[in-house]
Amino acid sequence: MTIDGMFMWAMILLLFSATLTLIRLLAGPTIPDRAVALDSMTTTTAGAMVAYGVITRQAVFIDVALVYAVLSYIATLYIARYLVKKRVGIACECEGEGT
Amino acid sequence: MIEWLIGIFLAIGVIFNLLASIGLLRFPDVYTRIHAATKCTTFGTIFIVLATVTYAIYSYFWVENDPSWITIGIHSALVVIFLVLTNPVGAHAIGRAARKSGIRPHGAVIDELEGRL
Repeated sequence: MTIDGMFMWAMILLLFSATLTLIRLLAGPTIPDRAVALDSMTTTTAGAMVAYGVITRQAVFIDVALVYAVLSYIATLYIARYLVKKRVGIACECEGEGT
Repeated sequence: MIEWLIGIFLAIGVIFNLLASIGLLRFPDVYTRIHAATKCTTFGTIFIVLATVTYAIYSYFWVENDPSWITIGIHSALVVIFLVLTNPVGAHAIGRAARKSGIRPHGAVIDELEGRL
């Protein structure tokens, strides 16, 4: 098997793993379950995008994986902030509860 | 030789990602799911990117002198640096938010954080 074939199989198995994670994302009982599943699926998909960028020899897919990872981090922090504060919006220090 | 090295790295990465999916499906509550998902996906993606960087360095110096391999290697390293910096922070925030929103651990008997949050 060539090295590109190995990267292709790795990409297929990573996408299968992301599909298994999608089950927990759809069926999770609580909101933190879904947030954790989304974070895990994003990391796995970033790995698959890196493998696909190696297969096609184009660095554009790896840049997409970089942006995807950073956006997933921001989304996770925002969901966590919503779960603590129960309020959507930018940072507000008007209630004096602390961070 | 280099095929074996890259194959072992890819196998470790894929196996850890699949273990993360199985743990996410099988564990009982949100804290154990955070434990399975975050650590296993971060470790697996580190090894996927390690295989990519190894392949890029090998291809640039020994096969073809194409500078796009250097781009692929450096950008993959940037991806894994961002993931290692941001994934534990996100997992910690989710765990803290889950506890503050009232979710108890499965099968917990003593809760020492009861009046302290």
